[in-house]
Order: sequence, then C-alpha cells, then structure tokens
Amino acid sequence: MVEHKRFGNLLPHTILWIGIAIVAFPVYLAFIGSTHDAATIANGQMPPTPGPYFLENYYRTIFVGTSATTREPVATMILNSFIMAVGIAVGKIAISIISAYAIVYFRFPLRMSFFWIIFITLMLPVEVRIYPTYKVAADLSMLDTYAGLILPLIASATATLLFRQFFMTVPDELVEASRMDGAGPIRFFWDTLLPLSRTNMAALFVIMFIYGWTQYLWPLLITTRDDMQTIIIGIKKMIVTSDALTEWQLVMCTVMLAMLPPVLVVIGMQRLFVRGLIETEK
Amino acid sequence: MAGVTLDEVRKVYAGGVDAVRGVSFNVPDGHFCVLVGPSGCGKSTLLRMIAGLETITDGRVTIGGQVVNDIEPSERDIAMVFQNYALYPHMNVYDNLAYGLRNRRTPKPEIETRVREAARILEIEQLLARRPRELSGGQRQRVAMGRAIVRKPKAFLFDEPLSNLDAKLRVSMRVEIKKLQRALATTSIYVTHDQLEAMTLADMLVVMNAGRVEQIGPPLAVYERPATTFVASFIGAPPMNLLKVSAAEAAALIDGAAIGIPDSGAVLGVRPEELSLAADGTKPAGGMAIELNVIAVERVGPETFVYGALDRGGELIVRLPGQAAPAPGERVKAVARREKLHLFSADGQRRLIN
Repeated sequence: MVEHKRFGNLLPHTILWIGIAIVAFPVYLAFIGSTHDAATIANGQMPPTPGPYFLENYYRTIFVGTSATTREPVATMILNSFIMAVGIAVGKIAISIISAYAIVYFRFPLRMSFFWIIFITLMLPVEVRIYPTYKVAADLSMLDTYAGLILPLIASATATLLFRQFFMTVPDELVEASRMDGAGPIRFFWDTLLPLSRTNMAALFVIMFIYGWTQYLWPLLITTRDDMQTIIIGIKKMIVTSDALTEWQLVMCTVMLAMLPPVLVVIGMQRLFVRGLIETEK
Repeated sequence: MAGVTLDEVRKVYAGGVDAVRGVSFNVPDGHFCVLVGPSGCGKSTLLRMIAGLETITDGRVTIGGQVVNDIEPSERDIAMVFQNYALYPHMNVYDNLAYGLRNRRTPKPEIETRVREAARILEIEQLLARRPRELSGGQRQRVAMGRAIVRKPKAFLFDEPLSNLDAKLRVSMRVEIKKLQRALATTSIYVTHDQLEAMTLADMLVVMNAGRVEQIGPPLAVYERPATTFVASFIGAPPMNLLKVSAAEAAALIDGAAIGIPDSGAVLGVRPEELSLAADGTKPAGGMAIELNVIAVERVGPETFVYGALDRGGELIVRLPGQAAPAPGERVKAVARREKLHLFSADGQRRLIN
C-alpha cells in the first residue's frame, strides 16, 4: 500500500480478522467435535475446548471405521481419494499439454476445428453428460475401478487453453533455435517446452488435485463397493438420517482428515503455484 | 568451411506476397557478407531461407557446393544468431552451448573441450554456470554467438544480432564480431538495417530493396559509386542530396555540363560531405555550385551540418568539418568537385556517369 498511517491499517485488519473468524470457526468446531465422545456431542452441550478423545477417535476413524454405516476405515477412503485426485490431476495435465502442443506448433487440416471442439467441451461437465458417460463406463466394465473414477474426468478444456496461451507466449525463435540445434519436435517438447511449463504444470496440479479430491457426484455413481468409495462419499454415508445414531465424533475426524491433503498440496506447492500464475520463466 | 551461393531465389508467401523476387549472389568462402535494406525488403526472409527456416519457393541455395533446398536446417551445417538471442531460459550457459552438440551425439569429452574453447574465445568462462536471465544483454549476445561457434559450422547467419543492445555496446560488439569472424575465417551472412553496421562489418555488401538486390560490392565501392538513387540515399548518413534536374538546369549548375544529360532529365546526386562552402563563389573546374539559404545549423562537435533551402525548391544538406559555419538566414554558395558528382537516370534505376 502507498499509505503508512499508524492506524490506517486498523480497519482493513479488523475486517480481515472477522473474515478469518467466520471461515475458521466451523473448522475449529469440527476439530473440537473430533476430540469428544459421542455422548458429549449428542447431549447438545459440547464445550468449546478440545476433549480427551483425540487419539482414540482418530485411531478408530482411520483404522476401524464407523460401527454402523460404511464399515470401511477412512484410511482406505483417503487412499482411494488420493489415487483419484492424483490420477485426475496428472492425467489432465498430460492430456492437455499434448493437445495444446499439437494445436499451437503443428499445422494440420482442421486445426482450428479441433481447437473449437476442445473449447466447446467447457460446456459439457460431467453433470451434463452423466448418463452417457455412466453408460460408457458401465459398458467398459469400469464400475468400481480407479479407471472408472479417473478417466471420464480427465479431458480438460481449461488446462488445454491455459497451456495454449502459455505456448503462444514462448518466442518462435526458441523453436527455430531448437531446429538449428538439431532438436526435432519430440526433443523440443521434452528439452525446452516441458521445463518451461514447470510452474504452469504445478499451478494446474494444485487446482486439478483439489478438483479431483472434492468430486462428489461422479464417485457416488461409479462406486458401489465400500472399499472403493472416496472420502467425500464416505462422509455422506456416515451421516445417517434413519434410526441409527450418527457417530458425530468420527464424522468430524473424517472431515478433518478430508481437509488435510488439499491443504498440504497447496502449502507444499504454494511457491511454484503463485509463480505459475503470475510470471513465466522466459 | 564453404561458400554460399544463391541462384534466382524467390519467396512467395501463401497470401501471394512476393517477399523475395529472384536474388542471386555468391559469398566466397570466409567472406563476411552483409544484407542491408529497409525493413520489409526481404533480407530477413532471405536469411531464413538460407537457414532452412523458410521454404524456398523457387531458385537454389547452395552451401559448400551442396544444394540445400530440401535439407533440414540442422543438417545444413550452419549456425544462426537470433535477434532476441533465443537462449534456452531453463538451461545454464554451458548447456546452452552444449545442446546442439549433444543432439548431434558428439562425444562428451569433445563437447567439454569445444564449449570451454568457445567460452574462452568469447570471455564468458566465468558465466558458464549461470542462467540466461542472470546475464546482461551483452553477455547474452556473447552466449548466442558462442552457441554458433561451438558447432564449427560451414557458415554463420546473423539476424540483426545487435539491435537489442544499447548504442555503446552495439559499437563494441560490432568490433568483436568482426574480429571473431576474421579469426575464425568462417563464411558469414549478416542481416541489418543499420547502414553503419553494414559498412563496418562487410567484405561484401548486398543492398536490398523491395525483394530485389539493388547493388552488390565492397562497402566502399558501394559508397563511392551507388548504382541507383535508392542505394545512394540508403548508404551514408546524412543521405546523399538528390536533385531532379532537366538538361538546362544541369547546364546552369554544373560547369561545362558535358555529361550528356538526356532530354527526359536526370537525378543529380552529391553527398553532404563532398560539398563545401565557397567564400568567393567560384566553381571548381567542371564542378557544381549552388546557392542556398541557410535554415538550420547543427553543430555536433567534430562536424557541422548545414541545412539550406534552394531557390528552385527542395533542401540541401552540407556537412562541414569543424565548427565554423554560417548562421541561419545567411545566403551561401555550396560547391562540389566534378568527380564527386553522381548522375542517375530520371527514374533513379540507373547510374549515368563513370
């Protein structure tokens, strides 16, 4: 900021703190909930301080699972979610960087048509094409498989467009210098374009990982077996509305655990992520 | 090492634009050829065709006796220095230099020796571990040249390599390029729009305009005897004074005008530096004299430029040594010797005398 008045920052800070409190309070509450036993939560008078059941609750959640509903330990769900999210992120990056490379650097018939076809798929997220996609996945017997979880979500117009925009900023002279240096299209891609795209790939990975991790509708459809469900689905299944008692302390543990990997990915890749969005290494 | 020969080379772009309209010349082995011309004259296109980065519509390009029209750039055994250097941003200087050799499967120890040698020649040894973005413009320029010389190619191609440098650095790099080329004795083709660069670097100057060659020759010969009015005004700064004259006007201007001016008239050219102010107003024998009203005087130290308006219309620039000069508003007489006059056909396409 330009101004440095002694109290000039007071108002913005107050607003920021209020905002943080609003966002953080539910998370705090979830954490508190995950450290009490079922009875404390159920009687409606949960104290605002951590309870003594932290280790027991998390141990039960991760390795045993709820007694009534999903019966599957959350460790399995986390593994499933992780495979799905990484698969989607890596797959999306791999597919879109290759298609962007083709569209930007090669002249072939109907090049622009292909580009617009890819562009149009922006309007066709899974929710829109859910029945045909399900049918295809089912016919290919991909129900209850990782392939079924990952593949239908892999095509990404957004990532292709992002890479296309980035490739168009790479100077043509670099391509020409590579040609003079005896590097063919594949070499240019591996030796020059990929290293230059590193920060963009990192940024996309973060976004796509979170996208994959928070998928709800598609995993709900494609998985029926308990040992294939993702953690997001697991949370939903743990909350029972019928006569059984919801084990809220375990639900809260699961919620906390579900939050952890995206947070770690963001923190771990923050530096690359920000660089990828604001600057390019040229 | 090898010479480069162009034979009726043409380039027509897909949109029907004639970029190069039949260019032929031969750069002998070890010579430094400079292609010079205004922007859009096709000089860069021509260079890129020699490099293999553009297809050749018609004609033949021969490098070292081998027609290279259909040969990939990397197999033409040439190296190019680009305007923006085109260094690989993610590789350090060493890898930038070594990349082309690695792609050619040169054995590792040889790469090492060649890179070290090139770095020594260009005095960039202490920069080998740095990334391009940590280098100054001049250093990047050296690395770009290093990338060309490690390959030991048959020919160097330079595409306006100095245009991104500041004026001072440009002069010193110009001298270095010339020294380097002398030392390596590698055939070089250099594209520039800067006539000073062209004059100082070239063994052989190719002046281009609108996709055609206007004149080929040693730089001083081109300066002394420009073939067309385009060359006359392009080479030399300030440009040559060009006056459209009829036979009668020429007779009045030039003493004993027995130079055979056609009835259609001609273009009379005289360089600003060949004009001097005559105090007594007498014409040198056989030379020319013209009166002008001084409208502006620029003193730059070692020389002075006098801008004068002519009675017949138009302007004349006189370049005088030192600082003595008339004041604006004065009426002076400028004279030039006979052998320093240039005469061109009225359309400017042909030289009429000597």
